[in-house]
Amino acid sequence: MGNITLKNVRKAFGDAVIIPDASLDIRNGEFVVFVGPSGCGKSTLLRLIAGLEDLTSGQIFIDGKDVSDIPPAQRGLSMVFQSYALYPHMSVRNNIGFGLKMAGLPKDEIDAKVAKAAATLNLTDYLERKPRQLSGGQRQRVAIGRAIVRQPKAFLFDEPLSNLDAALRVNMRVEIMQLHQDLGTTMIYVTHDQVEAMTMANRIVVLNKGNIEQVGSPLELYNKPDSLFVAGFIGSPKMNFITGPVAAAHKAATLGIRPEHINVVKGKGEWQGTIHFAEHLGADSFLHVDTVQAGRLTVRAPGDFEGRPGEAIALKPETVRMHRFDEKGLAIR
Amino acid sequence: MATQHTRSLGRIAVAPSVIALFLWMIVPLGMTIYFSFLRYNLLDPGNESFIGLINYQYFLTDPAFLKALGNSLKIVGSVLAISVIGGTLLALLLDQAIYGRNFVRLMVIAPFFVMPTVSALVWKNMMMHPVSGLLAWLTTRLGFEPIDWFAHYPLAAVVIIVAWQWLPFATLILLTALQSMDEEQKEAAEMDGTPPLSYFRHMVLPHLARPITVVVLIETIFLLNVFAEIYVTGSGGRAGNMPYLVYFQGLLNFDVGGASAGGIIAVILANIVAFFLMRMIGKNLEG
Repeated sequence: MGNITLKNVRKAFGDAVIIPDASLDIRNGEFVVFVGPSGCGKSTLLRLIAGLEDLTSGQIFIDGKDVSDIPPAQRGLSMVFQSYALYPHMSVRNNIGFGLKMAGLPKDEIDAKVAKAAATLNLTDYLERKPRQLSGGQRQRVAIGRAIVRQPKAFLFDEPLSNLDAALRVNMRVEIMQLHQDLGTTMIYVTHDQVEAMTMANRIVVLNKGNIEQVGSPLELYNKPDSLFVAGFIGSPKMNFITGPVAAAHKAATLGIRPEHINVVKGKGEWQGTIHFAEHLGADSFLHVDTVQAGRLTVRAPGDFEGRPGEAIALKPETVRMHRFDEKGLAIR
Repeated sequence: MATQHTRSLGRIAVAPSVIALFLWMIVPLGMTIYFSFLRYNLLDPGNESFIGLINYQYFLTDPAFLKALGNSLKIVGSVLAISVIGGTLLALLLDQAIYGRNFVRLMVIAPFFVMPTVSALVWKNMMMHPVSGLLAWLTTRLGFEPIDWFAHYPLAAVVIIVAWQWLPFATLILLTALQSMDEEQKEAAEMDGTPPLSYFRHMVLPHLARPITVVVLIETIFLLNVFAEIYVTGSGGRAGNMPYLVYFQGLLNFDVGGASAGGIIAVILANIVAFFLMRMIGKNLEG
């Protein structure tokens, strides 16, 4: 089981309050992603759950038991670190088995568990190697192997893919999702990459300056962002924000519309402008348009769109997919 | 860019210093070798004559030789043990976040900057003196007889003085190494539930293997040459090591030929020690 509950969790280093007040329920078997810009407290929150940082106030429960004052090793959680944090002078075998050895398991049992983990992660051929003899992806796998042999109640991942190159990152992303499917264990995953968050999560927790801005499934966050911050953070390219008379006409302080919800039309359209830049990605073209009414907008056009910088263009937003926000940046529904 | 051209230019550029250093080494060595084959006594100047290996034979069969060799090894071994073990413990202590850490570190490093002659005098007259020394005061306060270090345990006294000087060096090197330990690795060990002693054995010691090797190599070179501490404290008679024996032959017996032979033997022995040392622990420096 791996139900994790945070109750009014607060963390401050001296006068610097990192997390003012966070409450959250993570259900057994869920894949939860903490996402937010750097410095938003997502890693701190994870480390609080792990027990690597002490709570300033509040409580953390694992399966209903208050673990706030229990040392990390006894919380039954495993963590995968950003730098992998492998033990450099131990072989892969000993790296994976070290936690079990410290727990005092008999040697043959450790060997069996290590062998099983290694087989799951395709590491069997590398068991005798040292970490420095492995590639980035293999090191990542060893770090995961070290986590799974302990059969934890939950896995904690602290930006585990940020040291890998782009192609490998996509592969490892799939592998971690596969692992989650196979093990069915709760996973908490910290990332600053909203694409990782969208693709992997059952539920996403968006953090901003230590506050939980919104919790929801990827599509909930995409379709119904509660605030300007979430709206701007989820989705790529970023949502367009329009202020002034255009927003006022829709009875909002700020009007948000995603690039994919603005269509390029023939004739006059709703907004007129000139193309400033065009990014051709093959499947899509992203146009940066200076409009007369709404200022600079990003617009997604089909891949075969042939507009050139300087050309005049007419745009028509999908009115139903507009997001309205008040002066405080909260959504109006 | 190491092209053919720049490489030969580089060789020419470093040549003067290499030549100077080579001469610096080879001239004294050559002269020592030359003197070691002569009957050369300062009480009988002008009558030098070639006598082959006689000087070596006398030096090696002198009972003082084995004793000096033993003392040399004892000093090196004991000081190495004290400075490596003590240095590791001190480094672990200083790696903690304690109040006034920078000042404490400075104080710990300080003995390394004291001249050997000065520290030997201070230890002999202010610390270990059986009447007016601090240690004597301490032992009498505790109700024991004061120890006359240089009368009864001259070798131990020399070892203490030299260890006091070299402990800071080991501490400094090992402390720097400790500070470069990966934070996340510590946390991973914490997640794995590693108790402090296992953490030390499985994480810290392997991490320190290389800096300890460096400390052992460097200290061995210097400790084989300890002289001032023995000479100044006047404990050469019983705690004299190889350098002291060479001094004794040359400047107290006025036998330059014998002293030169002893110097050459000391060089050869040092090389043998260095060879085995490199063989034993040199592999720590690879990879």
